[in-house]
Amino acid sequence: MANSIFEEKLGSNDFIVTTEVGPPKSVDVSEMVHHIELLKDKVDAINITDHQSSVMRFPSIGGCLVVKELGGEPILQMTCRDRNRLALEAELLLAYSRGITNVLCLTGDSVDVGDHKEAKPVFDLDSVQLLKMIRTLESGTDMGGNELKAVPHFCIGATVHPEADFIEPQLIKFDKKVAAGAQFMQTQGIFDLASLRRFMQYASQFKIKILAGIIVLSSAGMARYMNNNVPGIIVSQAIIDELAAVEKGKGLQKGIEIAARMIKTIREENLCHGVHIMAVGNEKIVPDILEAAELVNA
Amino acid sequence: MIVAEQKPLEEIRRMIAPYQRVLILGCGTCMTVCDAGGELEVSFLHNALQLAQARSGDVAHTFYEHTLKRQCDPEFLGLLDEKTADVDVILSLGCGIGVQAVAERLPDMPVLPGVNTSFMGMTKESGVWDERCAACGDCRLEDTAGICPITRCTKGILNGPCAGPKKGKCEANKDMDCAWILIYQRLERLQQLDKMRRYYPPRNYRPIPRPRRITSKAGTMAGEGNG
Repeated sequence: MANSIFEEKLGSNDFIVTTEVGPPKSVDVSEMVHHIELLKDKVDAINITDHQSSVMRFPSIGGCLVVKELGGEPILQMTCRDRNRLALEAELLLAYSRGITNVLCLTGDSVDVGDHKEAKPVFDLDSVQLLKMIRTLESGTDMGGNELKAVPHFCIGATVHPEADFIEPQLIKFDKKVAAGAQFMQTQGIFDLASLRRFMQYASQFKIKILAGIIVLSSAGMARYMNNNVPGIIVSQAIIDELAAVEKGKGLQKGIEIAARMIKTIREENLCHGVHIMAVGNEKIVPDILEAAELVNA
Repeated sequence: MIVAEQKPLEEIRRMIAPYQRVLILGCGTCMTVCDAGGELEVSFLHNALQLAQARSGDVAHTFYEHTLKRQCDPEFLGLLDEKTADVDVILSLGCGIGVQAVAERLPDMPVLPGVNTSFMGMTKESGVWDERCAACGDCRLEDTAGICPITRCTKGILNGPCAGPKKGKCEANKDMDCAWILIYQRLERLQQLDKMRRYYPPRNYRPIPRPRRITSKAGTMAGEGNG
């Protein structure tokens, strides 16, 4: 039996669509609630980010609880940056007990890129070890070797970076994540479908669902900023030029068009198993992208 | 070796303010090699403190200089007794170990740190030192082609690079090489990439409950207090 609605979807042949919602730096979650309500019936699952870019916010587990309350399907993003193994295990127990059973396992960005640069980085585990740890919990023991009185079951995923400018070590890590039990991968932002095609030639030998990461850009300036400041992100020159060519104020419209075009191509050419749309702060435009990509009620 | 940087002059002046007779104590080993607290730096600091004192107009302190061969070794600390009879405070330019060794030797003497002890590293070029060892107590350099991911990866992770590096540089610092890309390249060159494909379990932090102790002669130190 599947551990979640999302896991059931992964087992089907359907084109899978996920998106993400970033929690606020606030105790007022009304905007996040609005975004979740807007998206929950239009996608297969909603990731809640875990202090993305190491910027302190309302926690991922809190956002996932809201998704559950509103009847959506959450994916708990869990990084190793801020919690040691005790805290990670405990949070997984909490998550399972509240019906949050999809987990995306991440190492986490460096604290140096965030807004608490003086914080102590934890990294007691890395992403591969986190995947393994979840499988250990499922087998009935915690990392200390102690028995759990009742055992959780999760649907676990990880990330991969098909556009890394030095791909070989990334592929080794991908293999390790698959071996550690990852059932799905949401890739880092794809800006050049040729790199996704190359990656899928490699990845299709594994029995794992790959969702191509689609980052929605709103201007050439944003693209350049991400290239300079966001870990791993490499927006192609072709996309930057395309965004730069539009008149002022029309950037986001162009970004939606580019995202929709990529999603459509991925789906029509069957390049991978689905997409993960990251609108970074522009969650409200995700329905427009789905519509433009002819993916309404996917 | 241990690498340190001398503290800012203003911080040193603030620390010594309550004391009149100050012994500036250098260390002839690591602190000499990293230009932070050898005989030369003791002399420079002495001059700088005197100049600052003269400029500020208050003649509060008398300074003395001395440099031990090693502040962290009881063999040399014995020489301190005669040097400290007429001083009120020791400003140690030894590393954090030196400062504590001197304090343990002299229970009634205040000892101040004159340097910030930074890391264990090596000389990269003249005037440049790079961190190379985190003293984790569980050396994995065999698996990583002699390049330490615990020290040189900002996240200290064991199973390969994160998704952050661009052009071979770390997401935390664009001037810093990604340790895992260096490890990959060297393992490839040594035809040992299988080592990177292995799964490495989480580190066992139990070998390093602080403070650690190593005993070479069985029984001689066992059971003794640690402080």
